[in-house]
Amino acid sequence: MTRTLLTGNGAAAWGARLARIDYLPAFPITPQTEIIETVAAWLEAGEMAGRLVTMDSEHSMITAAGAAATTGVRVFTATSSQGLLYGMEMLYAIAGWRAPLVLVNVSRGLASPITLEPDHNDVLAARDCGFLQIHCATCQEVLDSVLIAYRLAEHPHVRLPVLVNLDGFYLSFTREPVTIPAQAEVDRFLPPFAAGNIAFRAHAPMSQGVAVLGGAAYSYFRYQMHLAAGKALSVYDEIAHDFAALFGRCHEAVECYRADDADYLFVMMGSFATKAREAVDRLRDQGLAMGLVRPRLIRPFPVDHLREALAGKKGAAVIDQNLSPGRGGILHTELAAAIGCGRNRPMPLLASFIGGLGGRDITPEEFYQMARDLVEAVAAGRSPVPRLLYTDEELRGVRKLQGVAGSTGGERR
Amino acid sequence: MTEIKSLRDLPARHLLGAGTPMCGGCGGLEALHQVYDLLGEKTVFVNAAGCMTLLAVYPFTPFRGSWLYTAMASAPAGAQGVRDALDILRGQGRITPEEDLQVVVLTGDGSAYGMGLAATSGAMDRGLDFLYLCYDNEGYGNTGQQYSAATPHGAHTATSRGALGYPGYKKDLFSIWAAHRPAYVATVSPAHPVDLARKIETARTRQGPRLVIALSPCPTGWDYDPAETVAIGKLAVECGAWPLKEYRDGRVEHTRVPKKRRPVVEYLERQGRFRHLFHPVRQDALLAEIQARVDGYWAGATATGD
Repeated sequence: MTRTLLTGNGAAAWGARLARIDYLPAFPITPQTEIIETVAAWLEAGEMAGRLVTMDSEHSMITAAGAAATTGVRVFTATSSQGLLYGMEMLYAIAGWRAPLVLVNVSRGLASPITLEPDHNDVLAARDCGFLQIHCATCQEVLDSVLIAYRLAEHPHVRLPVLVNLDGFYLSFTREPVTIPAQAEVDRFLPPFAAGNIAFRAHAPMSQGVAVLGGAAYSYFRYQMHLAAGKALSVYDEIAHDFAALFGRCHEAVECYRADDADYLFVMMGSFATKAREAVDRLRDQGLAMGLVRPRLIRPFPVDHLREALAGKKGAAVIDQNLSPGRGGILHTELAAAIGCGRNRPMPLLASFIGGLGGRDITPEEFYQMARDLVEAVAAGRSPVPRLLYTDEELRGVRKLQGVAGSTGGERR
Repeated sequence: MTEIKSLRDLPARHLLGAGTPMCGGCGGLEALHQVYDLLGEKTVFVNAAGCMTLLAVYPFTPFRGSWLYTAMASAPAGAQGVRDALDILRGQGRITPEEDLQVVVLTGDGSAYGMGLAATSGAMDRGLDFLYLCYDNEGYGNTGQQYSAATPHGAHTATSRGALGYPGYKKDLFSIWAAHRPAYVATVSPAHPVDLARKIETARTRQGPRLVIALSPCPTGWDYDPAETVAIGKLAVECGAWPLKEYRDGRVEHTRVPKKRRPVVEYLERQGRFRHLFHPVRQDALLAEIQARVDGYWAGATATGD
């Protein structure tokens, strides 16, 4: 065990190294590239075994990753943003192959307009592909989650690929203190990959990814994936328990911070939740019973965990770093469905906020303002209209850019 | 390496199962039959979207060995993942050499000439040890024969129904592949099984990227009687429209040079896809252009054999 400063990308690479990956099909893209560079350097120096192959695109990369995993080796790969979407066809395909690999996505906003900076629209575009999704808030969590992800992906009741998400820049390029566990400890937690009967071998021919005719066979296999993803919830809880017992760090499906006795909650995912934690402490100092609920698992969606965490609360501000045009925040939509369905427990009023798009920060003052808005909404007994976190100063800045660009039209406030 | 001199030297045992959903008279299926007999069952076929995707429809497969369907664009990348994984497993002693498989990419021209070209180029850059078999029926056959980058000039397709047919020209995929300087590139015709078998034997015994394009007469897409598949395949070679050749060690050689080429019209007039060049009006200028292009090709070709 060593404690050192690592970027989120470095932590992801360490996760892959400690998981003793066999194979890494790669393709560079900002802000992920440091992960594959780090692993490549270790391979070249002989510090780890394995093979890295730079492919011709993310589409090819994900194809090769899935093909290798279904041949029976442990596969790691990583991408971001446009790369994830370029490979989207294959995310669906290899999830259907039940290829149990781990893909790290370093979140970055999507074109257009093109940007390098983070938000969650890329990873949430992959929400329905059959990959399970773990969202990290710290660099330590990135390393730990890669190890947990292999246990989850390879579990015989699950056997689905897992995506581990970290935010571009805020985690990918930010150094934080990270404990790197000893290899022997990791080996106790994560045994070698047992491919079972899903592997290409001369003595046991296998057809993989074959066509089906008719909806009955198609529905059956797709629903099998859904059932496996559902099972992944309880399997995840067991794995997280084992992990905590061995390493002393607890990574529950849903992180709750000062939530037990809270009247009001922030609900959000990713690294900005660490800013929400800080805001919760300040608001508590001022006497407001605030808490934070952060789903780490997005697929499977931990409905029961979230209902448990939200039951009896007065209000929850759901902060989405994504935008579904024509609908709004995706986590808000998911959460509303989760608390809205069945069982008679009092559930909080939800307020939806969109913030942190394309790398935009969310300031402490904005957290305090969201808390005030939430308290007012609860007092009025009415959910406020969804709001975009955006300041007058930002708008003035954009107007200035539009002036430089020669734009004469544009919307009016 | 078995020396193949005549039909008698070809395998007597046929490996590919019958009863596939391919059309009667499918030239591509004939090419696959011949190739599979030579390669044997210790193979994994990595497929891209096309007619042959329907060979393996759950729970049936005509293959005795393995199969992996990927997507239209990335069969060579799937081959990369399988090959690398098998190499890793062998390197770690987790599988014996007897458990190893030959990795064979199987795609149509739609994937090979277009959507899958970047992935194929990448596989060649990386020196991937694999065999690529492209069954070229000169159009997007599985969706009803729309024109592709492999469609010959003047052909009628579902998306080129005008009086002069397809306005573009068939892409020279052989040269594009050969420009990568891979281990082996060849054109074959299932109507010339001895030539095909020699080339597959050569490919089989070489290491690295080995790519083969099989001209695959298609009764459905080319509009002729399925019984004519072999005759049309032979005519394509004899008129010079489909040169049989191979690339290795930096050189291109023709493996069969027609001593006296038959007129291209003899090949064209037997196919419904060129009927509009003869009826109701004979398109003499276009026919002359097509003939001139074939003549021009051979005028510049360096030839051996025959």
